[in-house]
Amino acid sequence: MKSAVVQLPGLNRDRDMIAALTKISGKAPVTVWQTETEMPDVDLIVIPGGFSYGDYLRCGAIAARMPVMQAIKAKAEQGVRVLGVCNGFQILVEAGLLPGALMRNASLKFVCREVKLEVVNADTEFTRAYAKGQVIRSPVAHHDGNYFADAETLKAVEGNGQVVFRYAESTNPNGSINDIAGVVNDRGNVLGMMPHPENLIEAAHGGSDGRGIFASALDVIAA
Amino acid sequence: MIKARVTVTLKNGVLDPQGKAIEGALGALGFDGIGQVRQGKVFDLQLETADKAKAEAELKAMCEKLLANTVIENYSISLA
Repeated sequence: MKSAVVQLPGLNRDRDMIAALTKISGKAPVTVWQTETEMPDVDLIVIPGGFSYGDYLRCGAIAARMPVMQAIKAKAEQGVRVLGVCNGFQILVEAGLLPGALMRNASLKFVCREVKLEVVNADTEFTRAYAKGQVIRSPVAHHDGNYFADAETLKAVEGNGQVVFRYAESTNPNGSINDIAGVVNDRGNVLGMMPHPENLIEAAHGGSDGRGIFASALDVIAA
Repeated sequence: MIKARVTVTLKNGVLDPQGKAIEGALGALGFDGIGQVRQGKVFDLQLETADKAKAEAELKAMCEKLLANTVIENYSISLA
C-alpha cells in the first residue's frame, strides 16, 4: 500500500507521521505540498498534526481552503482512505469532509498527556486490527479538541456507527460531547481523531497501541 | 469604496468556554449581575466597489466560505 503525507506551513507532526508510516508499511510515504492540485496515486492520505497557519481564524480553517484539499476531497470521493490526526482532524471538519466542529478545550488549557481510548467501532478500514470495546492508550496534545455537533448531526453520527473512538476511563481531556475522540465519514473511508497514534507504535515509545490504526489502513495486519 | 463590518458569533447552544472564563473574570473584578458572556469575532473590510448589492453578495460568500464556520457560528454583515 502506498501512502502520502500532506504538508502545510505550521504542521509540525509530519516527521513523526512519516516515520510511523515508513516503519509500519516498510515504504516511505510521498510528501505532498499544500499548493498541489492533484494527489499522487496512493491508497492512504494522511494529514498530520500541528498548527497550520498558526491556528489563525479557526484551527484548520485556512488550511482547509488550500488547493490540495480539493484534490484530497476528490480522492476521498473515489474511496481513497484519508486519515487526519489532531490538526489534520480539525482541517477535515473545516473542509466539510467530516461532520461536527472542534472547539477550544473546555478547560481552556492546552493538554499534553496520555489518554485511554475505547475502540467503539472495530469494523472500519482504520480499526480492523482492534476488537470492539478494546481500550488502548494514546497521547494527546492540543488546545482545540472539544468535539461538538448539533443534536441532529450527533444523532446521525452515533446512529451510523461513525463514532470510532471515545475517551475511556474518565480521560476525556477536552470536554468533547459524548467523549468523542474520533469519527469517520458515512462512507467510512475518512477518519479524523485528536489523539496521536503515530507516537505510540513501538517499544521505544513505551508501547505500540497506536500501531493498529496504521496496520489497518495500510492492510498490513499481522496474522 | 465600501467599508463593511462582519460579526461572527457562536450559535445558541454551542458551549463557549472562553466566554465563560471572561464571565468569571468580570465577576472577580466586582461586576455583578452578568447573565452571560459570549465571545465572538469582528472583521472590518474595505471593498473596492461602490455597488452595495454586489458588496453584500460578496461578503455573504466570504462568510459562508471562510469567515464563519456555519456548523457552530452565525454571522451578520453591516455596511458603513
